Amino acid sequence: MAQTELNVPRGSAPDDDSILVRVENVVKHFPVKAGGFISHTVGHVHAVDDVSLVIERGKTLGLVGETGSGKSTLARCVAGLIPVTSGRVLFNGTDITKLSRGQMRPLRREVQMIFQDPYSSLNPRRRVGSIISEPFAIHKTATGAERKRQVQELMERVGLNPEHYNRFPAEFSGGQRQRIGVARALALRPKLIICDEPVSALDVSIQAQVLNLLSDLQQEYGLSYLFIAHDLEVVRHVSDKVAVMYLGRIGEAAPAEDLYDKPRHPYTVALLSAAPAADPDTAAARQRVILVGDVPSPIDPPAGCRFHPRCPKAQEVCSKVEPALVPDNARPQSQDDAGQRAAETSQSATAVPGGWAHVTACHFPVVPGESLAAAGAAKGDVA
Amino acid sequence: MTISNLTEAGFEAQQAAEGQETAGRVEGRTQWQLTWRRLRGDKVSVIALAVIVIMVILAIAAPAFAAITGHGVNTSYPNTGENAYGNPVGPGVNGFFLGTDSTGRDVFVRILYGARISLFVGVVSTAIATVLGVVIGLMAGYFGGFIDTVLARLTDAVLAFPYVILAIALAVVFGPSLTVIMVMVTFFSWAGIARIVRGQTLSIKEKEYIEAARSLGAGPFRIMFLDILPNLLAPVLVIATLLIPNAIVFEATLSFLGLGIQPPTPSWGNMLADASNSYQVAWWYLAFPALFLLITTLAFNLLGDGIRDAMDPRTERLLAARRMRKQRAKARKNATQSGVGPGQAIPDTVNG
Repeated sequence: MAQTELNVPRGSAPDDDSILVRVENVVKHFPVKAGGFISHTVGHVHAVDDVSLVIERGKTLGLVGETGSGKSTLARCVAGLIPVTSGRVLFNGTDITKLSRGQMRPLRREVQMIFQDPYSSLNPRRRVGSIISEPFAIHKTATGAERKRQVQELMERVGLNPEHYNRFPAEFSGGQRQRIGVARALALRPKLIICDEPVSALDVSIQAQVLNLLSDLQQEYGLSYLFIAHDLEVVRHVSDKVAVMYLGRIGEAAPAEDLYDKPRHPYTVALLSAAPAADPDTAAARQRVILVGDVPSPIDPPAGCRFHPRCPKAQEVCSKVEPALVPDNARPQSQDDAGQRAAETSQSATAVPGGWAHVTACHFPVVPGESLAAAGAAKGDVA
Repeated sequence: MTISNLTEAGFEAQQAAEGQETAGRVEGRTQWQLTWRRLRGDKVSVIALAVIVIMVILAIAAPAFAAITGHGVNTSYPNTGENAYGNPVGPGVNGFFLGTDSTGRDVFVRILYGARISLFVGVVSTAIATVLGVVIGLMAGYFGGFIDTVLARLTDAVLAFPYVILAIALAVVFGPSLTVIMVMVTFFSWAGIARIVRGQTLSIKEKEYIEAARSLGAGPFRIMFLDILPNLLAPVLVIATLLIPNAIVFEATLSFLGLGIQPPTPSWGNMLADASNSYQVAWWYLAFPALFLLITTLAFNLLGDGIRDAMDPRTERLLAARRMRKQRAKARKNATQSGVGPGQAIPDTVNG
């Protein structure tokens, strides 16, 4: 099926200057091996299945989804750390999936990563100075005293004491360690930083500090972020646009406020209703959509819409026809027959308008004010 | 969660607190400093290390001892070294500190020269085997796939080999020499290290900091030697220390069988072989080389165990517990000495 391009500013050409990264129909399958001595492939984990998206310069794209939805795999494909099965990743117009390791080297400067676990992302046997100066050593950009000066400047910039140059990671707290990770990612002045759940291992007050640091750095250096998290509030706070992933596909994508205020995909609605609310009155008043069952196996994903076995609104067509990722206005609002709908959506998928559209891959998107809990109760599988 | 509610002032305060927490601390210790500290606290390891140091000094100073005693290493002393019946003289007789052997040579001087061979074979072969094992293990673990299959099977094959039989065969084919011994010792030592290193590499290469290095553009060799290797030096050091006595015993075994160091050059192994013919009249000829062999291998083994314990963070707690027990025992002793009966120390006890 043809996926639409997300978050393309209205009227922009594909090679528009405002787009830094363009992910086109990226597929990543991991082979599942069986048999001891002579192993053979018995199946594939469909980690990422035909995903397209764009990241704009100086903007943040949030990527949410539960464990196993393929967020981190997608991030590693974008960073060029793992080869894609098919599809293209265009960075500044260059397809990085076709590059050799040597050709990739200069591009490594442009894309950096910040990792989830500040404890395992820093080598415990190396001093902080050596960790942060690693990028300079690899790319031979600065040596000796100049390198040390730059490292200490970076440490100061991310809020670390430059005097701690000779310490080991074990001597720092979780928040400080994550700052070391930020400094390392920042060293080569990249254009894109992929943040793979950068704050989920930190406690809440430290999370805020690191997030503030990231947004300061974004303004200062004009960085773009691909920000992965499963904390919906964190994503809302930092992202300009948000994409929701489920089982290797994007289910819904929209500008951040739009997605949180008017979620269209039933999965997004369920995800939002599962996030805890700080205000007890709000918490009591809202309707929780509790999904039944587990995420299906990515080795053998469900046919049709991948969410249909757990969807309170699922109908027969959902298990047969895969919904295209289309903007709201491309889909008729009336609940008419399924065949016609399928025809319309596949047709409209080829003619998607760009812009900051709110796109959803669902045959029966949730309309504002609709109660999913009620729909589920009728089906008897939602509490 | 409310991020926006966290004010900038609160952020600054938090940051200040974070800075203060570390600012007051002493300069941190490296893992090696910690290990050395714990090792120094372990009496057995300290003694073992002292024994090894003394043994090395004795071996290096062997010519000096030969000069002091005036006895050459391969010289027979038929007049002073043998008694009226032509038998070797015992320890302390006629200036022979540990007696003489069947041909009237100084056992002490020969043992010291033998120590040179033993320690040289033990340390050098193990060092070469360690480098080889680390490189092979790292490559197998890091690259995986076909390279791993080949290297790991090779390792298993070497480990499964009946090494004494191969050693005998090689010694027969190439003729016994120091080089052949060292090649054989090295050949049979690297596999154990390679296997451990491979296993450790497999687990370390999945860590995020390795991925971080890759995303920075580091090449495979940079990652293997700068990122992975420092993390597995500790187990490698322990195994290497424990391999040295094995190498020493292996050399002694081959020399004992007549396939290693050839007489008249002394080695502990060929001295023992020679002594097996004359120990009924000269027990010292058998006992002292055997004792030196035993003490040296024991020292290396105990040191290896000590290093392993010192690198295990749990040891710190065990040592602390031992210290606490000792202090308590001392306190109890002081209490009894100052006239308080053992029964009275516990107030609840009803005492007559």
